[in-house]
Amino acid sequence: MLSRTANDLYWMSRHMERAENTARMLDVTYRMSLLPYRVMAPGEKWAEPWALPLITTGHATSYYQRYTELSPENVLHFMVLDASNSSSIYSSLQTARETARAQRGAVTIEMWESLNETWLQMRAKSFADITARSISEFFDWVKDRSHLFRGITFGTMIRDEGYHFIRIGTFLERADNTARILDVKYHTLLPSVHDVGGAVDYYQWSALLRSLSAFSSYRQIYRDVITPLRVAELLILRDDVPRSLHACMNAIYEILQVLCDRERLEPERLAGEIHAQLHYGKTERIFKIGLHEYLMQFLDQTGALNVEINKHFLVPTYQ
Amino acid sequence: MTATPKVFFDEMRGLTGEVQPHYQPYVEWVEKLPPEHLAQKRQEADVLFQRVGITFAVYGEEAGAERLIPFDIIPRIIPAADWRTLERGLAQRVKALNLFLRDIYNEQSILKDGIIPARKVLENAQYRSVMQGMRVPGGTYAHIAGVDIVRAGEGEFYVLEDNLRVPSGVSYMLENRKMMMRLFPEAFARNEVAPIDHYPDLLLDTLRQVAPEGVSDPTVVLLTPGSYNSAYFEHTFLAQQMGIELVEGQDLVVRDQTVYMRTTRGPKRVDVIYRRIDDDFLDPQVFRPDSLLGVPGLFSAYRAGRVTLANAIGTGVADDKSMYPHVPELIEYYLGEKPILNNVPTWQLREKADRHYALEHLQELVVKEVHGSGGYGMLVGPASTMAQRAEFRERILAHPEKYIAQPTLTLSTCPTFAEEGMAPRHIDLRPFVLSGKEVRMVPGGLTRVALKEGSLVVNSSQGGGTKDTWVLER
Repeated sequence: MLSRTANDLYWMSRHMERAENTARMLDVTYRMSLLPYRVMAPGEKWAEPWALPLITTGHATSYYQRYTELSPENVLHFMVLDASNSSSIYSSLQTARETARAQRGAVTIEMWESLNETWLQMRAKSFADITARSISEFFDWVKDRSHLFRGITFGTMIRDEGYHFIRIGTFLERADNTARILDVKYHTLLPSVHDVGGAVDYYQWSALLRSLSAFSSYRQIYRDVITPLRVAELLILRDDVPRSLHACMNAIYEILQVLCDRERLEPERLAGEIHAQLHYGKTERIFKIGLHEYLMQFLDQTGALNVEINKHFLVPTYQ
Repeated sequence: MTATPKVFFDEMRGLTGEVQPHYQPYVEWVEKLPPEHLAQKRQEADVLFQRVGITFAVYGEEAGAERLIPFDIIPRIIPAADWRTLERGLAQRVKALNLFLRDIYNEQSILKDGIIPARKVLENAQYRSVMQGMRVPGGTYAHIAGVDIVRAGEGEFYVLEDNLRVPSGVSYMLENRKMMMRLFPEAFARNEVAPIDHYPDLLLDTLRQVAPEGVSDPTVVLLTPGSYNSAYFEHTFLAQQMGIELVEGQDLVVRDQTVYMRTTRGPKRVDVIYRRIDDDFLDPQVFRPDSLLGVPGLFSAYRAGRVTLANAIGTGVADDKSMYPHVPELIEYYLGEKPILNNVPTWQLREKADRHYALEHLQELVVKEVHGSGGYGMLVGPASTMAQRAEFRERILAHPEKYIAQPTLTLSTCPTFAEEGMAPRHIDLRPFVLSGKEVRMVPGGLTRVALKEGSLVVNSSQGGGTKDTWVLER
């Protein structure tokens, strides 16, 4: 398969997954913002919930280049509709659709029609439309369109290299996002130490779990109060939770074992290394390193994996 | 005011107004439909085209702006006997044009014999001296030709233009048929319409036939300028239908006079390139150095016979409007046959006598730029204003060699679904002729229609639409 085609397919699915994840990220922010934060002693520092999606996605700087004030409206506008923000939901859906258009020969008609339809609907939405009722309704729409596209891809596409690169794109983007959403909690300092394990703490963790569609899984598995240790175990180490880091790396490692050969071994090796850390990892160790530090290290590693995949498949540099 | 002819030959009703035999079954069927049925079907077609995303990009608008090509739901029907004539005439014409190209890039006997003045060829902007003395597989230059045909007067066919560079439109021909079969399956049951959907197979077969010598299982690719090109939909469509890779310049690399594409499994050799990029942009080392679309070194591989380009470089010299008037002579010279299809009488404005006549009769004539295309830079005399004629007079006097003039043909009309119901609109026809080891084509072509009442300009960039074209089996 043409490297450029593989590259486009990879980014097509990354962008669709990113749109979904941005919706999830904003959804958790929205839910957290409904919590009674403001009951706290004066002078204590805490992160304004609407700053979280900016910080965790690394978009704070570009946000403040456009807006002076931090407000829910501004953040939503920036992360949802702003065409000049390449990671907004609008831009992600547009890019996914544009790459599919460029690669119409490599995707099925159903995949193309789904992305085209999503984009046509997105383009027709104004800020007023999106916020008219509950913003959550819009986030659900984005998630639905993403689920639909993934299902169509799964149900219609030939299992060739193109399919594999689409899947790698999905899982790398998802792993990246799960790590970032987990990190949200790090930036969310509680009003005071008395609140640890208290009501606010509980609601924050449950909002986070819900945004990753993992709340009922948590209930089913632990049947107990929500603790940070267990949340970390669930979303990092358990491989039966579909958005956990382990589950994502299972998929990526498996696909790279198929794609890599003797001449292209490094991506498989690196994925195997990351996978092993999760497969044989322990929560105690994660908390010893520190959750934030652990997640940052994970993001560095998946970044390096992305570089290797580019070098060997998507953007080869031979002359 | 000169009187413009008011009577046009109509595909359905001829000159008399009587429904012609080849339209009879269609008319009987369509007249029995409930009145709102056609309007509904047209809406359905719009929705389908939008959803499937069959669009073309429009230059001069916001980058990447896409528009639907208007599709008309009333078919243009060609009787079997007419098609037989057309088919023979097209094959004859394209054969002669290919022989001409082979001749002028090699022996140049037609110039030596004084049939065509040498300067007209060698000084033509489309003549590519780098091609001189080079052999191409099978001596074929224009593998894919789109010949624009109109009917005029009492229904006789004229060739308006030979497109031998990168003719487009065939995807619309194929999609229009698919759409018609989806919308009106019953209509096909009543008419024996010749199938056309094997065009991609014929095209791929043609491209494989012209692979460099010694290559038994050639790798064919389609080279596109990219997704912002106006015909990008067609490029993806054809690549997909043929099951070949759609490549951009950046995907190809030349090493040791061999072309490779960058794949996820390393470099892979390419043998035949169906290129949809103009000559000038193919190789920055030989042609325009600022081209980012092409492949550095491509020409060296081509020259070494390690890769075939379809169409060959330099075919523009044969489809140029200044060469057009000579095509009947080419046919007689190379094939020893009388031309089957008419040429439109043409005044070459570089010639003094022709220019004099044309300037006197601007109001009756169509003036075209020699190198123009897409319906731009054209004066349609009878529809022009005094100011436009004055402007063209000046342009012609400044650069007479850039223009030709032709009589305003009374283009035939075809019933078309308009605001007021079925109404006649002017049409043309572009059949696609494939030349490999033999000359082949599918029956029919792309019918373009000028949707504006009275308009003679059928180009999609200027408000034209398309129709499905039915060639009857008998």
